[in-house]
Amino acid sequence: MSSSKNGKLILTTGNYAVAEGAIAAGCRFFGGYPITPSSEIAHYMSRRLPQVGGKFIQMEDELASIVAVVGASYAGVKAMTATSGPGFSLMAETVGLGVMLEAPLVIVTIMRGGPSTGQPTKASQSDVMQVRFASHGDYEVIVLAPASVQEMYDFGIYAFNLAEKYRTPVIVASDGIVGQMMEPVRYHTDFEIINRKAPQVPPEEYQPFEVFDDDLVPGMATAGSEYNFYVTGLTHDITGSPDMTPETAITLVKRLCDKIRKARSDINKYIPWEEQHLDDAETIILSYGINSRSVPEAVERVRQKGHKVGLVRLRTLWPFPEELMEKLSQLGVKKIIVSEMNYGMVIREVQRFRHLGFEVTGILIPTTIPFSPTFIYEELLKEV
Amino acid sequence: MTTTEKIPTPESSEDFPEEHPLHQWLNLHRFIFCPGCLIGSAITSITSCFRERGLTAKEYAVVSGIGCTGRSSGCFKAPAFHTTHGRAIPFATGLKLANPDLEVVVLSGDGDLFAIGGNHFIHACRRNVEVTVLCINNNVYGMTGGQVAPTTQIGDFTATTPYGNIDPPFNLVSLAAAAGASYVARWPGYDTLRLRKSILKAFDNPGFSFIEVLAPCFTQYGRKNKLGDAVTMLEWLKKQVRVKTSCPPHEATFDFKQGIIICGEFVHAEREGFTQKIDRVIDIAQSKTKK
Repeated sequence: MSSSKNGKLILTTGNYAVAEGAIAAGCRFFGGYPITPSSEIAHYMSRRLPQVGGKFIQMEDELASIVAVVGASYAGVKAMTATSGPGFSLMAETVGLGVMLEAPLVIVTIMRGGPSTGQPTKASQSDVMQVRFASHGDYEVIVLAPASVQEMYDFGIYAFNLAEKYRTPVIVASDGIVGQMMEPVRYHTDFEIINRKAPQVPPEEYQPFEVFDDDLVPGMATAGSEYNFYVTGLTHDITGSPDMTPETAITLVKRLCDKIRKARSDINKYIPWEEQHLDDAETIILSYGINSRSVPEAVERVRQKGHKVGLVRLRTLWPFPEELMEKLSQLGVKKIIVSEMNYGMVIREVQRFRHLGFEVTGILIPTTIPFSPTFIYEELLKEV
Repeated sequence: MTTTEKIPTPESSEDFPEEHPLHQWLNLHRFIFCPGCLIGSAITSITSCFRERGLTAKEYAVVSGIGCTGRSSGCFKAPAFHTTHGRAIPFATGLKLANPDLEVVVLSGDGDLFAIGGNHFIHACRRNVEVTVLCINNNVYGMTGGQVAPTTQIGDFTATTPYGNIDPPFNLVSLAAAAGASYVARWPGYDTLRLRKSILKAFDNPGFSFIEVLAPCFTQYGRKNKLGDAVTMLEWLKKQVRVKTSCPPHEATFDFKQGIIICGEFVHAEREGFTQKIDRVIDIAQSKTKK
């Protein structure tokens, strides 16, 4: 729950809450295609967006949906789509286009079981690598992992703020349970709204990818303004012109990646991980999303038996919070147990930090039902 | 220009001679097309229509997909978008919905619009989105090396039909009309007078407009099918073109074997455009909310 006391407290689903959060952040365009278990986001948007003067369109497929979103974004409107794993697969190419054109946009993906059609009506955490790496090429992306209906609302807002701030696609990676379950949620208004950086020079001097600031984010002209500009998915120089030289490729790819890498600490401060009992913990259980909800109870029960166990819950999945790993190392944590509803994904990222001195193990089950507190408790007892 | 003169470097269009009448509207340094290709005629035709209407940068946008014609968007001094393969129309749909005041033009090839992008094309026709789509039809994949396209005629040779094409082609005019486009025309790319008039009509049409522009590819199609150089192929095309008035779209023959390509306007039936329909939805939603 948000600590905020303003705004209505209502009972609703995660899918509705993330849509309402997006609208609160200023989203006025939704292009989508039905897919379980995300469809309620489209349902809500089709009803709610016109009420606030926004546009909803059900496109012919996911390929078209996300491309229309990039187009709307370049007409100066905050735009989003929502889908699930199979639809995200179809959107993959255009995630890359969004990165390349530096188009602010939000994708909500409600993870379900896979591979292929998998288990449409069930939850999963098996797309946390898909959302990071689906498109080809060298790129970085921002991914948030909400665990409650309140966080669906909040992250709907934060996702747009991050997308606008860094001119990049931002993905809210939720799951079939958080998307469809009902919880009390406060539709508060305690947040600032961040809008994209406008062009910093007059039209005659404007180059679409010229950077003036340390954040490596260029000012964005949109169609319908006084600015002429050309943007392309081809590797381009600051003028937007295609350029196939290695120098241009290196400069562009490095800047696109570095603008997110440089922002890693800021993003992880803006949407920080949750932590408990880090003061004395020797063993940490690391989880995220729906599967993190049963961890606190299990940790308390293990602690009652005298074991020094703590927890961290990731809320920003990508860029991965390397600061957290360094902090755990400095605190003398000996072991990190990664708990996720897949056969081992985020654990690989954690294993990259074993050189910091901790052992990494996992509770990795490609199931559709979150682990129960008792199950986690029993698993923890085996590990401590 | 003698050979000893310095060739302009493509730094900016200022380096090019200013004699080109559309110099102010074009980025000539991004002009990459084969000499004799009619993509250039299409680009200048669209540009002269922008000029005729007195449109400024904030009033229009150009979107293209991938391929030879895909590279055309870079030639416009306008908000111009070079998108991914097949996705120019949904991109244009998003632009138009988000800013209905824009004159949005999609310029792309037959492979881009009708193979990988075919689904988007028919749905945009059906919705009657107010965009103007020009398909530069060269009956082949030009940039990728001359492979068979959904417009390649039966029996013709391409890089991937070395024994002759076995797939029947789409008739783009019939397809657009059947899918519900509210303005449909076909012109040879050299007939810029008629093409320009047609583009202006498309701008005026409050719905989805489709113009097929015939632009033979001598580099790929001509070479594989022994049709000669650029000028020879233009003569070859000219002999086949028959401009008809009031020809129903299903009779718009396009057949190299018979030597008949019917050109003209085939559909001009105004109906409510998509952004207008969406505005009505917004009105309904907001009036219900107020109650």
